[in-house]
Amino acid sequence: MVAPVPLRVVRCGGSALHGARAVFSADSKYLLCAAGDFVKMYSLATEETLQLMGGHADRVTGIQLNPRNHMQLYSSSLDGSIKLWDFMDGIPIKTFSVGPKLLALYALASCEDSVFVIVPKSGERDTFQLVSVKLTKAAGQDVEAKELAVVLDGVDASPKHTAFGREGEYVASVKELNLQVYFFKQKQLNRFSVSATKTKGGNNHFTCIACHPTEDCIATGSADGKIRLWRNFYHKKEYTFSTLHWHHDTVMDLAFSIEGTSLLSGGVESVLVLWRNESDCQKDFLPRLGSPIEYISVSPDGALCCTLHADNRITIVNSNLRFSKSIQGLIKSADVKTGLVVDPRTKALVLNGEPGHLQFYCLQSDQQLFSLDIVQRQYIHQAGLNQADLVKVAFSARGKWLATVEEREEVTDPELQLKLWFYDEETQSFKLNTRINMPHEDHITDVCFRDMDELEDDSLILVTTGRDCVFKVWVMVEDTDPEAQQSVSWSCDFVGSYHNYQATNCCFSEDGSLLAVSFEETVTVWDSVTWDLKCTFCHPPGKIRSICFGRLMCSKYLIGATDYGFLCCWNLLSCALEWSAHLNILVLQPDPLSEYIAAVSWLSKESSLFVFKPNEPRPIYIQRNLCKEKIQLAAFVPRDEPEMIGSEKYLWLRRSQLFFLTDTQ
Amino acid sequence: MATYKPVVVQAVPKLGEKVTQDTVYWWGYKTPVQIKEFGAVNKIDFSPVPPYNYAVTASSRIHIYGRYSQEPIKTFSRFKDAAYGATYRDDGNLLVAGSEEGSIHLFDISGKTPLRQFDGHTKAVHVVGFLSDKYRIFSGGDDYSSNLWDIPSATEIVSYSEHTDYVRCGCASKVNADVFITGSYDHTVKLFDARIRSSVMTIEHGQPVESVLLFPSGGLLVSAGGRYVKVWDVLKGGQLLVSLKNHHKTVTCLCLNSSGQRLLSGSLDRHVKIYSTTSYKVVHSFNYATSILSLALSPEDETIVVGMTNGVLNVKHRKPEERKEKSLKRQPTYRTHVKGRTYMPKQEDFCVSKPVKRVLRKYDKLLKSFQSSKALDAVLEPPIRLYTPEVTVAVMQELHRRGTLRSALAGRDEKQINLLLTFVARRVIEPRFTPVLVTVADMITDIYQPVVGQSAIVDRQFLRLQEAIGKEIDYQEELLEVLGMMDSLFATFTKATYPEENKSNGLTETVQTNTNN
Repeated sequence: MVAPVPLRVVRCGGSALHGARAVFSADSKYLLCAAGDFVKMYSLATEETLQLMGGHADRVTGIQLNPRNHMQLYSSSLDGSIKLWDFMDGIPIKTFSVGPKLLALYALASCEDSVFVIVPKSGERDTFQLVSVKLTKAAGQDVEAKELAVVLDGVDASPKHTAFGREGEYVASVKELNLQVYFFKQKQLNRFSVSATKTKGGNNHFTCIACHPTEDCIATGSADGKIRLWRNFYHKKEYTFSTLHWHHDTVMDLAFSIEGTSLLSGGVESVLVLWRNESDCQKDFLPRLGSPIEYISVSPDGALCCTLHADNRITIVNSNLRFSKSIQGLIKSADVKTGLVVDPRTKALVLNGEPGHLQFYCLQSDQQLFSLDIVQRQYIHQAGLNQADLVKVAFSARGKWLATVEEREEVTDPELQLKLWFYDEETQSFKLNTRINMPHEDHITDVCFRDMDELEDDSLILVTTGRDCVFKVWVMVEDTDPEAQQSVSWSCDFVGSYHNYQATNCCFSEDGSLLAVSFEETVTVWDSVTWDLKCTFCHPPGKIRSICFGRLMCSKYLIGATDYGFLCCWNLLSCALEWSAHLNILVLQPDPLSEYIAAVSWLSKESSLFVFKPNEPRPIYIQRNLCKEKIQLAAFVPRDEPEMIGSEKYLWLRRSQLFFLTDTQ
Repeated sequence: MATYKPVVVQAVPKLGEKVTQDTVYWWGYKTPVQIKEFGAVNKIDFSPVPPYNYAVTASSRIHIYGRYSQEPIKTFSRFKDAAYGATYRDDGNLLVAGSEEGSIHLFDISGKTPLRQFDGHTKAVHVVGFLSDKYRIFSGGDDYSSNLWDIPSATEIVSYSEHTDYVRCGCASKVNADVFITGSYDHTVKLFDARIRSSVMTIEHGQPVESVLLFPSGGLLVSAGGRYVKVWDVLKGGQLLVSLKNHHKTVTCLCLNSSGQRLLSGSLDRHVKIYSTTSYKVVHSFNYATSILSLALSPEDETIVVGMTNGVLNVKHRKPEERKEKSLKRQPTYRTHVKGRTYMPKQEDFCVSKPVKRVLRKYDKLLKSFQSSKALDAVLEPPIRLYTPEVTVAVMQELHRRGTLRSALAGRDEKQINLLLTFVARRVIEPRFTPVLVTVADMITDIYQPVVGQSAIVDRQFLRLQEAIGKEIDYQEELLEVLGMMDSLFATFTKATYPEENKSNGLTETVQTNTNN
């Protein structure tokens, strides 16, 4: 008998890869980067994750190779500790507990056994200082390192705002409009500032800094897209600077090449710019990298550079500015409008990816399987543009058809497109079959396929509900024209409405005979053969938030969750309310393989999970205080093999796993 | 890494007539030549031998026209009253015509006076023709009789008086020299065999028969009368094969094309319809200025001649086959083409494939480099603007999406504004372009408001735009009225049966989507 294991919520994957600047190993074979609480090591040859180094209790903020031992790595974290790793074996060597939050980490070859970190100034909010930490050579795994010496006061929290120059002779830091340079030997501090200008594009605050590896030259980037190269900054007055300007928006990061002959810069435009010889006229571009560049780092042998993007992608670029490889994690777009959908074919989680793309994300390997371009338009990286984005996705039962809805917010009339994709066995990807412009007059609220395994092809039906108060039924039609390229296309078959209420949700029963469509406060049930209105259910007050049919044994029940915090279960045979519960349900998710339904409620700053069978009002499983954040979406992902779980309480987990996406994750 | 994605041009399914091979074929005629005759043209007949002259019977004359001549080559005018139905013999040497006074005249093409005259009909003879043995003539008259004549002796062989009304059309079989048919106003078509003294077959058409036709094989018979064209299977004893009702007035004439694949019918409703003889569907149709009385198609379909009630002869010649112009551009020599093409890589060779060069359209190239104004200029070039307005609109939409449409539209001179406004005024009423072009028009008026009154051309274009939009609004109002009427009609229908409601719902919806633009 297997002992009942306490159920726990495991945070799995999708952590941001752009927490800190990535670091190349000394031989330029491996790439190390901070990913959430972990440090990941990728092989540059195969793009595979080789090591996952976990141990920090909070986000990793900086990683640096140990200057004296290239097989060792320092990492700093918000939990106030610096860890020294042997990254080839993935084992921690030492942990230095510093105390305060560490926001950035710098290690210098010239400084014997001390590293520099940025910590918040004690007692004051929003002021930070650069301090050097003496790393004691005491034996033992966990060592205290409390010897702090303040180097610079009033620096910015971001690790991009501070840089060490020319073998650690000076440190330069920018904050807002000021640049301060501190020379270690002379113990001299020079401050420079530029006058504030306000333009349409934004202010000219400094955003990043990089120091030339061999010469005395500092490059700073600012929010108005200008790059300044400072020289002669030993003198307080007679300093000089030159300006390079190409970016139209904020310069996100700068990096000098190893020899210092060229400068790399990147920004929101997602274009990597290579400035040669620090002149304005000689520059090369690598455009369309996909999403804003967050960090740029250069490999020690100068052959490669890598950019970390806002969408969890690492791009590796070789020295003549040719795209070479990319590593893509889970893209967390600002708003996952599509919800979490499981692709029946690959069991991958499908959700919004890059703008206008659909990402297929493998939960097991924490990697993106592929990205499907839905919108098929050039994406312009510019703030304040209304871009078309994907809002709804639905798969047919076996994943042969995919329906997507994209829309572009426009004040006057929204652009809507319904696209139907067919899975092509030959190319192993989805092919566009039908494009319907303006399927509804207003936004589409829900899309669903009639989910029937045995009648897959001929009776496939798609239902869309819209805010224009109708729901539409789409069917496949055979094309009679022999000259047409494709044999089937989709067209509208039926338009239904109910008292001119906005249609909000739709759902097919398991056998496909009934369609439930919710119209604001009312749930209507339609016969899917004749499209007759069969019956209506209502549980005032409150609009219907989500509906679903029971499955298998419980297929005679219809579950609905309302705005005013009611979970109702109606019996379709007697057309009466079976039971109702007072719960503020945010997410209602039926398990596709069993009769269990998971509901996530949100009550006074905590989410709770309820798992129940529709035929009895008593939940099978309750987990209070699941997490502090609002759970936005959830999805059951079928397991490859049913797991043996002894306890009755966890029987619902036997065949599927439940995944959540929270506000902040 | 993503490459540049070209602008997606929305494909809109073509409404209305589809371009088929037939339409292309039948469009291949030059603009018609009109020739004025003295009266209604009752018969046109092509000579079966080159140079394919044709005889036109109108009023009391028979004119012979050459292929391209607009003046008659020859005229037979020895008729006291109207002449009818001049028809060539198979060898093109003899011509026979009926007349109002009842006599039938036989002409030699080269002569002027009739060779023979056949008297026997007591009333006007509207239809005459040669049997395929060349020595006999059949005729049908208003005295209800159909006669058969011997040419050498100019005597009547046999007279059938089986019809009970005027005999107005007839046709001889090409396969059997003894068989001919006549159609009459008594609603029947009768098939006669010269060897038998009575009709062999009677087909009931149902309307006064205006024209009959036998297929070259002799197996199928086509009759036209009233609004119907009917096809009969003669070999099956006159079974009705198909009945075509595509005209809305009486069908007056029938004709087959040279290959026998298409059937043409002309009608008083001013249309000529072309049917496929396999599916009997209308594949093309021509319309003319006035009611059509007669129709003929020359061998090889070179010429379509249509005679009308007002005496106008409409002649359409086929355009000569367009010869592919040899491009003057010098092609690279053969040697440069094949250089290295035949080289087979050896096993140890390392193959480096050449990157595929993507060819972008000009506007895409400009959009790629963010040159909005130039991209808009590129799609306002005449070929794109005129023939593929959807490309122009797609680029405008893309510019709008990028937020640069306003700056692309601004700063243009009089000529360019004129061009833009002409385009907008012309296309804004097309439903597929309306959403985008309304925005464009809005912006143009916004931007160029200050310069109104400075240029007469621009002012005129603005007025035209206003007019176009005003018209469209009126039209939409009218459509909404119709929709309202239909709704009330459907409402009365649905009272009877409940499930009808859904249907009407769907129907009004489709109408709505059509009208809503």
